Amino acid sequence: MSILGTRVVRTEDPLFLTRGAVYTDDLADERLAGALHATFVRSTVAHGRVLSVDTSAALEAPGVVAVITADDLADLAPIPPGFPFVNAGFTRDWLAKDVVRFVGDPVAVVLTEQRYQGEDAAEMVAVDIDPLPAVVGTAAARAEDVLLYPDVGTNVYAAFGEPAPEDFFAGCEVVVSRPVVNQRVAPAPLETRAASAVWGEDGRVTIWCSNQGAQMVQMEIAAWLGLDISKVHVITPDVGGGFGAKIGADPEFALIAQAAKIAGRPVRWSESRSENLVGMVHGRAQDHVVTIGGRRDGTVEAYSIEIDQDAGAHPRFAVVLPTLTMLMTSGVYAFPKVHAQARVLATNTTSTAAYRGAGRPEATLSVERAMDLFAAEIGMDPAEVRRKNLIPPFDSPHTTPMGATYDTGDYVTALDKVLEAVGYQELRAEQARRREAGDVRQLGIGLSVYVEITGAGGEAGAPSEDASVEIHPDGTATILTGTSPHGQGHATSWAMIASDQLGIPLEKITVLHGDTDLVPKGGGTMGSRSLQQGGAAVHQAAGELVELARKRAAEKLEANPEDLVVDQALAGLAVRGTPGVGVTFAELAGDERLLVQSTFSAAAPTFPFGAHAVVVEVDTESGKAEVLRLVAVDDAGTILNPLLADGQRHGGFAQGVAQALLEEVLYDEDGNPTTSTLADYPFISATELPSFELVEMATPTPMNPLGAKGIGEAGTIGSTPATQNAVIDAVAHLGVRHIDMPTTPMRVWRAIQQAGQAAGQGGN
Amino acid sequence: MQVSITVNGQQRTDEVEPRLLLAHYLRDTCGLTATNIGCDSTSCGACTVVVDGLSVKSCTVLAAQTDGSQVTTLEGLAGPDGEMHPMQAAFRAEHGLQCGFCTPGMVMAAIGVLADNPDPSDREVREGLEGNLCRCTGYHNIVRAVQTAAKSGPAAGQVPQSQEERA
Repeated sequence: MSILGTRVVRTEDPLFLTRGAVYTDDLADERLAGALHATFVRSTVAHGRVLSVDTSAALEAPGVVAVITADDLADLAPIPPGFPFVNAGFTRDWLAKDVVRFVGDPVAVVLTEQRYQGEDAAEMVAVDIDPLPAVVGTAAARAEDVLLYPDVGTNVYAAFGEPAPEDFFAGCEVVVSRPVVNQRVAPAPLETRAASAVWGEDGRVTIWCSNQGAQMVQMEIAAWLGLDISKVHVITPDVGGGFGAKIGADPEFALIAQAAKIAGRPVRWSESRSENLVGMVHGRAQDHVVTIGGRRDGTVEAYSIEIDQDAGAHPRFAVVLPTLTMLMTSGVYAFPKVHAQARVLATNTTSTAAYRGAGRPEATLSVERAMDLFAAEIGMDPAEVRRKNLIPPFDSPHTTPMGATYDTGDYVTALDKVLEAVGYQELRAEQARRREAGDVRQLGIGLSVYVEITGAGGEAGAPSEDASVEIHPDGTATILTGTSPHGQGHATSWAMIASDQLGIPLEKITVLHGDTDLVPKGGGTMGSRSLQQGGAAVHQAAGELVELARKRAAEKLEANPEDLVVDQALAGLAVRGTPGVGVTFAELAGDERLLVQSTFSAAAPTFPFGAHAVVVEVDTESGKAEVLRLVAVDDAGTILNPLLADGQRHGGFAQGVAQALLEEVLYDEDGNPTTSTLADYPFISATELPSFELVEMATPTPMNPLGAKGIGEAGTIGSTPATQNAVIDAVAHLGVRHIDMPTTPMRVWRAIQQAGQAAGQGGN
Repeated sequence: MQVSITVNGQQRTDEVEPRLLLAHYLRDTCGLTATNIGCDSTSCGACTVVVDGLSVKSCTVLAAQTDGSQVTTLEGLAGPDGEMHPMQAAFRAEHGLQCGFCTPGMVMAAIGVLADNPDPSDREVREGLEGNLCRCTGYHNIVRAVQTAAKSGPAAGQVPQSQEERA
């Protein structure tokens, strides 16, 4: 029986559980012996002119070897915006020289013999800043009373799409329009950012850093530092979570490399959480205006979103996030007319970038909110309105008005399955009973039906990935992969794929990644691409390795290659019909190196889909919402390892619920962050979540031989709107139509009060 | 100042700064890097270890405060032959870890939960682990792991006795 599709426990775990994984800050590499510790001095002002940076006192402090400021980096070109369509004037200094643009903007780097000395000395660097008015939020950015980059003359980094024609909703019986906020959240991987660097005598720098794709990090750092790519060696130790925020290099990584060059010694850096919450990119941060129009029978005829992306102080991946949102605007629905446009705006806040879902959760949230708003307006059940507008099942490509070509989908079945599993009719009856009785604790049922894009090209390049498989004379095998696991379990999954074809047991297969010397090409792990591209590459390489072995075995055994078949028990090739008689792969590897390197290219991205139902109880006196149940259908095609796929779903659900109920990065009007520790940022805990109810559904994709679509982000995409919709549904009978996320007790309570007042006024 | 601390059954004496946190003592002085530091506000629990039978956040304890104490970290749980502690085994069986960063603290805290309540409900496990944050698992499989460990017997709620006590 094939190992594929079975619940295999992870090969990574014994070391993780007994010795602990080895993250960047855990490294005891001899090349880092005698390393200095780097501590960043960061701006405490959101926007201002730098008048002076006085390092004299810090330089006298115990253990201080150097304090690096902008003056020490004059030979580095400023950091370019990174996108060809963004005005080149949006550049960033490595260390603030004239202007600081957010609280957290690096101003200096203190190098000390010991870690604690750095904390002490950083306090002694005197930074004099003359404050300027801060731009906080997209409305202030749009107003352009204050410009972050006066030389460019605008706060708009980029704009996509055109305004909707004036008659876009003409003829609709019902049109509902309102702002929908997709608030800024912190990715907050448990491992914060960390990097270490050392230069060799050959002028080559080795950088260890926490990341989601070493090859991209290598490329960016080489370009930034003006080095040939061969002079930059990136090594990825174990990574303690990424969620999109560790895609690519952060400027700090290159600064650590430059600091090591200046000091002539290895340098290590590991940021604190309070540094992480201002220094690492944030996610989401989109403000939408959503408009939906249609007929009273429930048919939607036109749908539009206008997006303002808060991209923060420097252009990062958020510059292109709205394009993913726009692509997925209409989601699972067969709306005849669809419109989207976006502006990407500079603000005096931390830059924003990819966070689990990256553009797609924002699309799904708005369309799923719109469906509930439309349903409420026409007085129809939200499940019914959805069913009426879903794209019918299809197994050949379906192209949407926004130009997305979905591979396979059956949204009606996903919705039906989730409604049945949650017991929708019974819940509606219980809800009606509680409403009738005027219970303090009201029931809310929230739905979402989603489709998302995974394994797209874009930042990672074409939808392709490299892998190599080598079998050694001792019968072990090594897989090199261009993907970059940070919790996903590729060491187990890729070994399963190879084992299935070669008969080599999992414990004899080693999976290596993230070292650019070993794996020069790779797209990393992001955009839910790994299995469908990296796993498919391993599958392809293992298949090609069998073919190579077959040729060699035929010569060795003087047999016809066509008569040789893989003998799983032998871990080799045997003559058809005579199992056990043949030659092992290990023996063949003893004769000549048995290695195949292969590149798998997918024809196109894949479009996983599903439906979520969330049940909440809302205390109408306090406004507090509690998630009672989360039931999810997530169809990601063929599942390789259900244990790991379910784990991906669980984590996604939690982050979705977290955004819907709790989490938000906040700034005051001067641009001071007010959620820069985990005591202030309400990172979701075990008590705020239920155990989840998972419903299986698997519609294979033809885009790769594994039939797999992405699963890493789907949970978040589905659960966020379902949870928000549930909270609003719980108080809908009181006249509430919308509550922005996070649906905190204060917001829910206020919405109830305001609806009550409005009803009272209406009565007069 | 000098401290004498029994770490994973081995007594050691070290010269430390009075302000040195136990978490940094374990990581930097003892070289035991399983214990991770995930925040600076005693919020995340990644640094949880067991001190004299109680699970504590080692970022909020000075090394000096544990002078004369028995400290157990994740590295001290497996048996001499490498056999996993029941809590470690349960975390593996139930896929209670992904990136692994919260895991050492989560495992130590979970042992503490079972020490207080050998047969906790789903809700009681969640409340017991409220001070330990995980970004990967949604806690679902962590809760299952703790309950699986609880079913395996009382050893799941205990750290191995120190070598001194064993002798």
